[in-house]
Amino acid sequence: MSALLLRDIRLATRAGGSAMLALAFFAAVATLVPLGVGADLKLLARIAAGVLWVAAVLASLLALDRLFQADFEDGSLDVIALAPQALETTAFAKTAAHWLTTGLPLTILSPLLAVLFGLPENATAALFVSLLVGTPAVSAIGAVGAGLTLSIRRGGLILPLIVLPLLSPAVIFGAGAVLAVLDGLSNGALLLLAAFSFFACVLSPFATAAALRLNLGS
Amino acid sequence: MAASIKSVEANALTVIRGGRVLFRDLSFRVEAGKALCVEGANGVGKTSLLRMLGGFLDPASGTIRIGDAEDAEERGKLVGWLGHHDAVKAQMSVRETLSFFARLYRGDGDVEAAMDAVGLTRLADLPGQYLSAGQKKRVALARLKLCGRPLWLMDEPLASLDAAGKTIAADLITAYCARGGIAVVATHELLGIACERLVL
Amino acid sequence: MLRYANPTRFMQLSGTLVPWLAAASIVLLAAGLYLGFTVPPDYQQGDTVRVMFIHVPAAWTAMMGYGLMAVASLVGLVWRHPLADVAAKSAAPLGALFTALGLITGSLWGRPMWGAWWVWDGRLTSFLLLLFLYLGYIALWNAIEDETRAARAAAILALVGAVNLPIIEFSVDWWTTLHQGESILRSGGPLISTVYLWPLFAMALGYTFLFFTLWMIRIRTEILSRRVRSLMLTGEA
Repeated sequence: MSALLLRDIRLATRAGGSAMLALAFFAAVATLVPLGVGADLKLLARIAAGVLWVAAVLASLLALDRLFQADFEDGSLDVIALAPQALETTAFAKTAAHWLTTGLPLTILSPLLAVLFGLPENATAALFVSLLVGTPAVSAIGAVGAGLTLSIRRGGLILPLIVLPLLSPAVIFGAGAVLAVLDGLSNGALLLLAAFSFFACVLSPFATAAALRLNLGS
Repeated sequence: MAASIKSVEANALTVIRGGRVLFRDLSFRVEAGKALCVEGANGVGKTSLLRMLGGFLDPASGTIRIGDAEDAEERGKLVGWLGHHDAVKAQMSVRETLSFFARLYRGDGDVEAAMDAVGLTRLADLPGQYLSAGQKKRVALARLKLCGRPLWLMDEPLASLDAAGKTIAADLITAYCARGGIAVVATHELLGIACERLVL
Repeated sequence: MLRYANPTRFMQLSGTLVPWLAAASIVLLAAGLYLGFTVPPDYQQGDTVRVMFIHVPAAWTAMMGYGLMAVASLVGLVWRHPLADVAAKSAAPLGALFTALGLITGSLWGRPMWGAWWVWDGRLTSFLLLLFLYLGYIALWNAIEDETRAARAAAILALVGAVNLPIIEFSVDWWTTLHQGESILRSGGPLISTVYLWPLFAMALGYTFLFFTLWMIRIRTEILSRRVRSLMLTGEA
C-alpha cells in the first residue's frame, strides 16, 4: 500500500500535479470573498469559518475527479487492481494520498488566510483543528463520488452535485466549531466532526472499491 | 517467478456484451509452458475474453479456472496484465514506473535487468511524456517481466512496436513459457512464436 | 414476490392494480382537500395553516420515496432482481417532485408569517439537501451510458445517500439550534389538535397512493420503452 501512496503523492506534487492547484484555488477564493463582501473586519470574522470551510471543500473537489480517472484512462487502474492488495486497500491508499496532498496543505495554509479575515487567535486555532479533523471526510466522501463518476466524460461537473450535499455535515460542524469559540460557547462540534470523519473514512474504501469494481468490468 | 500454475481452463463460456452474444459455449485449456494465441477480427471479443480471464468481467455463463482459483478476485492475483494502454505516467521516468510496479507486485525486483531485456536502459531516466508509443509498450513488457505472475494476459502486445521491438516481445514470451509460465495473447498479427491457436 | 420479478407478470399485475390505486388516490386526496378547507382556521396562523395539509404530507412522501429508492437499490445491487433497478430509477423523479412541492409549499406557508420567501428552518434546509440528493442520483443515471453500469453506480450512490441522510438531518437540526433558528415548520408546529389530524392523514394517504400509482405507471413505461429499444436493435441486427 505504501508504494501506491508514495507514488500518488509524488505525482500530485510534481509540476502539473494537483497539490499546488488546490492551494492556489483556496487562496484565490479566500481573497475574492472580502472583495465581494466588504472590508468590515467584524463581519469578515463572523463569516470566515464558513467561507474558508466552503473554499476548502471546493479546493479539495478540484483534484478529485482525476483521482481515479487518470489511472483508469491510461490503463494503470487495471494493473493496480490486479496487485496483491485488496481493492479496498487501494482505494484507501489513493484517498489518503489525496488528503495528504490537498486537505492537509489547505489546513496548514488556513491560519494565514484566517488573518485576512481578522479571526482572533483562538478561533484560528479552532479553524485549524476543525480542518485537520474534517478534511479527511471530504477526501473520503469525495473518493466515493470520484469512483462512481470515473467513466463519465464530463464527470467533473457531476461530481460536485453528488458529493456536496453529502458533505454538508462536515461544513456545518467544522464552521460550527469555530463559531463556538468566537461566541465563547462549547457545542461539541469538534467531537461530532471527528465522529463524522471517522465514520466516513471507515466506510469510504468499501463504497469506493465497489464503484471501482463496477467501472473496471467494462 | 512465483509458484507456477498447472493450467488455465475455460468451460462453456458464454458472453453477452451490449445485447450481442459474442461467443457461446467456448471451452479451452492451456497447459503450463504453453502460449495461446487468440485470433480474430476487431470487435469479435478478444479483449472481453481476456478481461474475463483476468476477473474484471463476469461471463453470462460458464466457469474459468486459473490453476486452482475459480473466484474472480483470486484469479486476478495470478495474472500479469498487458492491456491496450501501457500504464505509463507522463511525469514518471521509466525506472520510477518499473520500480513502482515491482514494489506493488512484490515481484522479483530486478528493474535494471528488465529494462535491459527490453532495450530501454539508455532511456531509464526519461519521463513517460517523452517516450514514443513503441517505447511505452516496451515499458509495459518490462513490467510484465517484473511482476512475477504465473499467467500473462496480453492484449495486442505487438501494437506500436517496430521490428526490433516485436522480436523482443516474442523472445520475452518464449523465455517466459520456457520457465513454465502460461501466456494468453490476443492478437491479429502473427506472433512469431510457437503457440496454440484459438480463433474467435 | 419473486414471482413478479418476471417483467411480463409484473405488467399483468400492475395493469390491474393501477386503476384501483389511481381511484384510491383521487378519493383520498379529494377527501383530504375537502377536510382541509372545511376545518376551522388556526387562531394564530389563520387560513394559511391550510398550506400545512399540502406541505407536510408532501414532505413525508418525499422521505418515503427516498427510502423506497434505497431499498430498491439494495435489492438490485445484492440480489440482482431485474425489476429493482427500474423501480429505483422510476422512483427518483417522483421523489424529487414531491420534495420540490414540499419546498414550494413550505415557502408559501412561511411567507405570511415571516415576510420572507425562504427561511433557513431546519426542515426546509434538510429538504433542500434531499432535493440535491435526488438530483445527483438522477444526473448520475443520465450521465452513464451503459444501462447496467448506470443502475449499479446509482444504486451505490442511493445507499451512500441513505446512510448519510440521518446524519445530514441531525447536523442541520444541530445547526438550527446553533443559530437560534425558528422551528415552527416542524410537523404540526407546537401542538396539533385532533381536528387537524384527519385532513393530514387523509392527504398523507392520498399522496402515498398517488406516489405508488405514478410509480407503477413509470415502471411500466420504462419496461415498455426498453422492450421497444431491444426490438429496434434486434430488428436491425
